[in-house]
Amino acid sequence: MKTTGLLVTGTIAALALSSCGGGDPLADGDDAEAEQGEALVIGSQQYYSNTIIAELYAQALEAEGIEVEREFDIGQREVYVSEIESGAIDIFPEYAGNFLQYYDEEAEAATLEEITAALEETLPEGLRVLEPAEATDQDSFVVTAEFAEENDLTEISDLAGIEDLRIAANSEFETRPYGPEGLQDVYGVEISVVTVQDSGGPLTVDALVSGDVEVADIYSADPNIETENLVVLEDPEELVLPQNVLPVVSERVDEAAAAVLDEVNAALTSEELISLNTQSVDEQADASDVAADWLSEQGLD
Amino acid sequence: MSNILEALNWLLTADAWTGPGGLWVRSLEHLAYTLIALGISAVIALPLGLAIGHTRKGRGIAIVATGAARALPTLGLLTLVALVTGIGLTAPMVALVVLAAPSVLAGAYAGVESVNQATVDAARAQGMNGWQVLTRVEIPLGLPLILSGLRLAALQIIATATLAAYVGAGGLGRQLFLGLQTYDYSVMLGASLVVILLAILVDTAFGLTQRLLRRVPGLAGPGKAPSTGTRSRRVRANMTAN
Repeated sequence: MKTTGLLVTGTIAALALSSCGGGDPLADGDDAEAEQGEALVIGSQQYYSNTIIAELYAQALEAEGIEVEREFDIGQREVYVSEIESGAIDIFPEYAGNFLQYYDEEAEAATLEEITAALEETLPEGLRVLEPAEATDQDSFVVTAEFAEENDLTEISDLAGIEDLRIAANSEFETRPYGPEGLQDVYGVEISVVTVQDSGGPLTVDALVSGDVEVADIYSADPNIETENLVVLEDPEELVLPQNVLPVVSERVDEAAAAVLDEVNAALTSEELISLNTQSVDEQADASDVAADWLSEQGLD
Repeated sequence: MSNILEALNWLLTADAWTGPGGLWVRSLEHLAYTLIALGISAVIALPLGLAIGHTRKGRGIAIVATGAARALPTLGLLTLVALVTGIGLTAPMVALVVLAAPSVLAGAYAGVESVNQATVDAARAQGMNGWQVLTRVEIPLGLPLILSGLRLAALQIIATATLAAYVGAGGLGRQLFLGLQTYDYSVMLGASLVVILLAILVDTAFGLTQRLLRRVPGLAGPGKAPSTGTRSRRVRANMTAN
């Protein structure tokens, strides 16, 4: 029993210490000026495309002489958002719709303007989003060209009435607003989920192409859509909210830094994002190399 | 602590258990996967292990091969196989058999080897041929260790069968991954508790079977067959060390 007690005390002490180190609550609030010299911390999701965007931001800032620190490949939204809120991360590339739904699952906003307006209201104090890029990377309902032709499919509602539909998606798809329930409510499509846990990666694409499933949830900026000749079904009711890339930033990001990020975002179109992803997937190029090449192409380095 | 309470709470709701994706269905799927994988492992590894134990040949190769198989990361193997076979049950079955067969194999050859050489020689002196020695002497006397191998394999499979959900199959991994991906820890922990419960149930069933078999005359059990006692203990110690 005694050792257990010691262990518990030790763990609590360690937790207390670590939480002090990360947030540094005393230094943050009042003294923004004094921190000008400190590096801005840039985070990214554990998703290669997101890491490339984060790397774009990082190198563009560095080119302007702003010091940055990289905290890449952090699990999923639920984990890193608390890091952003605590001030441990200053810049994070986000996706408009998903980010809003994280804060407000019932959000009514449907267009990008409505989403950014809603975000400004719901974001906790100290956080803001900058100008969104034209590039989007969103969950999309994808079928093979043959299946689309056979069943005359152009938009999601065309799937209604087809029997025994299966969709390959991550397990969390079941609980997302655009999951089976949303599909049923908005488009009258009945579909069962086959969980393939690689976030639209090679296993998911393989399952779709080989006919194990009829539909797959694949990110719209995935290079496989073009190389495998897949068809993205249109979503006129905007079941999946627009997922334009937009940076979430803390108060420590000043106007000069924000201007740099705006410049990167202005150049980031959907085509550019797909080509960045292609370089990473097809050529196995490193995120930092991909980012460096692109920035010099765009004259942003 | 509160997570565990929430998990227990979740397990006590009827919704968690019923329906086509509920815990009952998933538990049955999980058990079915376990039995299939254990069956395939036994079909492959038992005859091999018995042959190695009986002939005393190939033990070195078996140890190297099973050691290598055990070192393979199951998730990596699963993904690799799934890229070839597509999603579904094939890939997880291959991965689970690769995981479990070494234990079955080791149990089988250790069981046969644990039988006292004097007993085997006596059987031969009575005029038994090789097959008779194996089926009437070596297997019955080595049964406790052979069963231990199967028992160990079953536990490894139950714990790892959660990965089936990674490539489109069912089982309790579905709830586990869902909980993990949506940070719904009560679901994740709850599903883990059910996996643990299944493991305990299966282990207990094996334990009872082993006990019952000990009462059957002619089958060896610790303490009941003094002639094989020291050797089988030593071999068992070797198995654990492996």
